[in-house]
Amino acid sequence: MILNQFLLLAAALFCIGVYGVLVRKNGMLVLMSVELILNAVNINLVAFGALTDDVGGEVFALFTIAVAAAEVGIGLAIVLLMYRNRRSIDLSEADLMKG
Amino acid sequence: MIGSILAAEFTDTEKWVVNSFWGVIAAVMIVAALRVVTTKNVVHAALWLVVVLAGVAIQFIFLGSEFVAVTQILVYIGAVVVLFLFGVMLTRASMGDDESVGEEKRTMAALVGVMLAVVMAVALVDTYGDDQLIIDEPQRVDEVSDAIFSQYIVPFEAVSVLLLAALIGAIVVARKD
Repeated sequence: MILNQFLLLAAALFCIGVYGVLVRKNGMLVLMSVELILNAVNINLVAFGALTDDVGGEVFALFTIAVAAAEVGIGLAIVLLMYRNRRSIDLSEADLMKG
Repeated sequence: MIGSILAAEFTDTEKWVVNSFWGVIAAVMIVAALRVVTTKNVVHAALWLVVVLAGVAIQFIFLGSEFVAVTQILVYIGAVVVLFLFGVMLTRASMGDDESVGEEKRTMAALVGVMLAVVMAVALVDTYGDDQLIIDEPQRVDEVSDAIFSQYIVPFEAVSVLLLAALIGAIVVARKD
């Protein structure tokens, strides 16, 4: 096993997630793409932790998982509020703060 | 566990089997991730996301981090995906097809993704090359817990406060008043 196979896999997942965030209009699907990005970061953290034989990588991967759970909770609450107010979760219609 | 299979004393054939297994998992993850960002149906996207998350958990086991792998399955597949499915149910308007952005923006987004991938791949190959990852034994869970409750106690408490804030915030944002 070489380190790079994990890092390249994580990079690929990250880029797919970025593409999803840019291309999706449905708020729910954007949140799912963000999850892809966060998981790519987790693979990196654990891989570097294994490389340096340090437990810190795993610990911060666990913190990232906790923060991602909080993010999904708040994100879904916002999407639900948006649906309640305008009967749609199309993000391109959310232009209230547009200058 | 599988993490210990990666120990150095195994023969080339066994290493080849492990590496092929890894390759299959990685290919499945990439395909599933692509389906997450391209499928029209929101529920299908959530279910493809499950495949990616399970694949990430298997990657953690390859890296010898069993505790993180189990946490990944519990928190992501057990909680986050269920949350997503509830969200899809509660916003009925999105159950059908998701009309994506136009062709031009889609091309630009694909270009951004590919260029980002190329930059990262070149940087990674240039920096780490063929650095070997030697995983003799799985990371012990007691070491992880010791580290969390001694060295990393301040970030741990910060995460606790963050989760509390997220809990209250989600209720405040989503309640009817």
